[in-house]
Amino acid sequence: MKITPATSQRFVVTILWLLTAITILVLLFIIVYILFHGIRNVTWSFLTESPRRMGRQGGVFPMIVGTIAVTGLAVLIAAPVGVLTTIFLTEYTRESKLTSVIRFGADCLAAIPSIIFGLFGFVFFVVVLGMGFSIISGALTLAIMVLPTIIRTSEEAIRAVPAVYREVSYGLGSTRWQMVTRVVLKSALPGIGTGIVLSIGRCVSETAAVMLTAGSALRMPYSPLESSRTLSLHFYILSREGISMQNAYATASVLIITILAINIIAYLLMRRLIAKVR
Amino acid sequence: MKRDKIIHAALTIVALSAISSLALITVFVFKEGLPIILRVGVKNFFLSGDWYPSEGKFGILNMIVGSLVVTAGAIIIGAVFGLGCAIVLTQFAPRQLVVILKPAIEILAGIPSVVFGFIGVVVLVPLVRQYLGGPGLSILTASIVLGVMVLPTVTSISVDVIQAVPRSYRDGSIALGATRWQTTHMVIIKAAKSGIIAALILGMGRAIGETMAVIMVAGNALELPHSILDPVRTLTSNIALEMGYAAGDHRQALFATGVTLFVIIMILNTIALTISRRSAGKAAKK
Amino acid sequence: MMIKPYFHVLEGYSKKLCFLALFILLIPICEGCRDSKGRPVNVIGSTSIQPFAELLAEEFQKIKPAGSIDVQGGGSTAGIQAIVNGIADIGMCSRELKEEEKAIDTPVEIARDGLAVVVHKSNPVSDLTLAQIQMLFSGRIRNWKELGGNDMPVRLIMREEGSGTREAFINLVMKKTVVSRKALVQESNGAVKELVRLDPAAVGYMSLGMVGTELKSLYVDGVEPTAQQVSSGRYRLSRPFLFVLKTDTPLRPEAREFIDFVLSDQGQQILESEGLVRAK
Repeated sequence: MKITPATSQRFVVTILWLLTAITILVLLFIIVYILFHGIRNVTWSFLTESPRRMGRQGGVFPMIVGTIAVTGLAVLIAAPVGVLTTIFLTEYTRESKLTSVIRFGADCLAAIPSIIFGLFGFVFFVVVLGMGFSIISGALTLAIMVLPTIIRTSEEAIRAVPAVYREVSYGLGSTRWQMVTRVVLKSALPGIGTGIVLSIGRCVSETAAVMLTAGSALRMPYSPLESSRTLSLHFYILSREGISMQNAYATASVLIITILAINIIAYLLMRRLIAKVR
Repeated sequence: MKRDKIIHAALTIVALSAISSLALITVFVFKEGLPIILRVGVKNFFLSGDWYPSEGKFGILNMIVGSLVVTAGAIIIGAVFGLGCAIVLTQFAPRQLVVILKPAIEILAGIPSVVFGFIGVVVLVPLVRQYLGGPGLSILTASIVLGVMVLPTVTSISVDVIQAVPRSYRDGSIALGATRWQTTHMVIIKAAKSGIIAALILGMGRAIGETMAVIMVAGNALELPHSILDPVRTLTSNIALEMGYAAGDHRQALFATGVTLFVIIMILNTIALTISRRSAGKAAKK
Repeated sequence: MMIKPYFHVLEGYSKKLCFLALFILLIPICEGCRDSKGRPVNVIGSTSIQPFAELLAEEFQKIKPAGSIDVQGGGSTAGIQAIVNGIADIGMCSRELKEEEKAIDTPVEIARDGLAVVVHKSNPVSDLTLAQIQMLFSGRIRNWKELGGNDMPVRLIMREEGSGTREAFINLVMKKTVVSRKALVQESNGAVKELVRLDPAAVGYMSLGMVGTELKSLYVDGVEPTAQQVSSGRYRLSRPFLFVLKTDTPLRPEAREFIDFVLSDQGQQILESEGLVRAK
């Protein structure tokens, strides 16, 4: 019996849809499971209080502050540096041995395990530079960690911009910088934005690297030189030490809601940017 | 003109500092790690499974095997599901659905690894222990958890790459009478091949690099596994478990483990580069 | 004047945002730099001691609001490293100091903790000798039926290498015998507890104070594993909880105050109520 292309298409497409459905189901399962167990404990006081009795009581406010501080600082450093570096590599230099070495290096570093960044950050920032367990140690470590990712995703996005755009821009008499900012970056913005959002997500999720650079202090940090615990690390400690499963689920719920919020905001922002630019 | 020169100079400085900080970490890791590999002996370090830091024995073979096996499992799951989703999203899903599905998968990427590990411990490990045997903390569990974690990376990048394939390829193929699936696997995927491989390599890198989730579900036993239901220790777990307190030779051995990971990833990336160059060459010839 | 496209406006905003962010960050940096005496006391080390230290820090801050104590985990040996490196003021160690450590560090015992050998609630085995426990963990005994239990392969659970709990276990039980390489390794008391709670074939060890009611603690040489038996010395698996100080470095007054509080009657009572035994 001959299998027509139509039949094989139907077969394959069914399987593909099945795979997609399973993927979405897994995602839903994870989110629902955590929220189901945790959302009832995410009260206003949980979000605004400090933890008491090792985290058995009280809330996670210092952890929220710590997470924002470490992630915010890291992305604030890495995003502009990364995008500008990419612009330099793609638009201001000619393709040469050096640029391919740099690209290869960035590819490798984007794939290097975060634990190595943690190890480096611990030895370099915490011990050798004497910054101790602090938000700044954590932020610098995370910044170096996400920098290659931002460079690579930005590069893919910028390279995807057709050469025609650039030629037209030059043809209209623009300078290189004008061409870069008004033409290339605009078209590449969704891709660059994706890279940055991915990096933010990576920073918020990061546990091992922060544990050994930002530390795991329970108190509210009053300066970037102080140690602080991030939400991910707090969840890890609460759940692994068995201190309070209730609060562990609640912390995880806060984490998941935060990440959902980041994704939604980023998505909406991206849509607005693209719409305004068209 | 002057403004352009200033901008050029500023960009150069920024780029140089970025690149030098990346170079710094590379040099640092190698500087700390290479000496001990040479001191212990390359054969003893890579081919021995005796990891007894208190006795000065640093053999990481079992952990290399652990990492490779778990990653292989993860990438199989990640590739199958990840690519499947990417193809559905770009070729077969109606626009309205894509608007929901694509962000949904990207959310999966943002979920912290500790949450994945936690769910793995609470849901998956007991299931594996009860229905498949063994301690539950095993290669299988780790592969599944990692596969789910790697999946969004593969999908995300594959989608971007597939969408970058010129529309004319697709239109041309349909015009020639191909079905959508034929168009997909014979034309579009071929054109996007290098990008897809990059996606898989990036996914593999993420799988090899994952630490927290693996510590929670892989068991971290030092012995070589005999089946996928046996526990394993990966290179990353080893670093994480011991780096807080390791000093002197032990710490350098952990950096040396980092060097190993570096080298593995460099090899992976080189393979990816070669494949993408070859496929680009073939495409050019056409 | 040219009408700048939206992107240029965004550029302006991001520049302003950057400056705002830097400014916001500068305030606390200045605050922190100025007030270097107010730098928190860093207590780093054993994950077994960590929850108790956090509790003590909380209570200490109630009577001394100005003092701030930061407690970090990392493991006993990590704590020792931290005071050697100067990152920590006080190291937490849940085992006896090694010879080479005693040369540069001063231990202060703040409590004693029992080490419980735990199994699943359904495990029929209740009482083992030290020798039997040693044979279990070295892999000599592979099936529970050899000890009068069910016909199940023994699943060993160990702590990670830097753990004070592990070191204490090895010092007290294993001595020179090597632990089986098949053993699973978990990185916290809670993780060990969770595994043993769900796996009928599992056996592990953990802080006595944290066992709770979901697990079964084995009698060792016929002695019941309770705080009283630890205190009387009859339950032999007990280890000290130490605050470790660097010998040749003067201790900050804030740190000294904290240690005094921990050793005071109030501090010791807090630890006792959590299941530990008073320091001698």
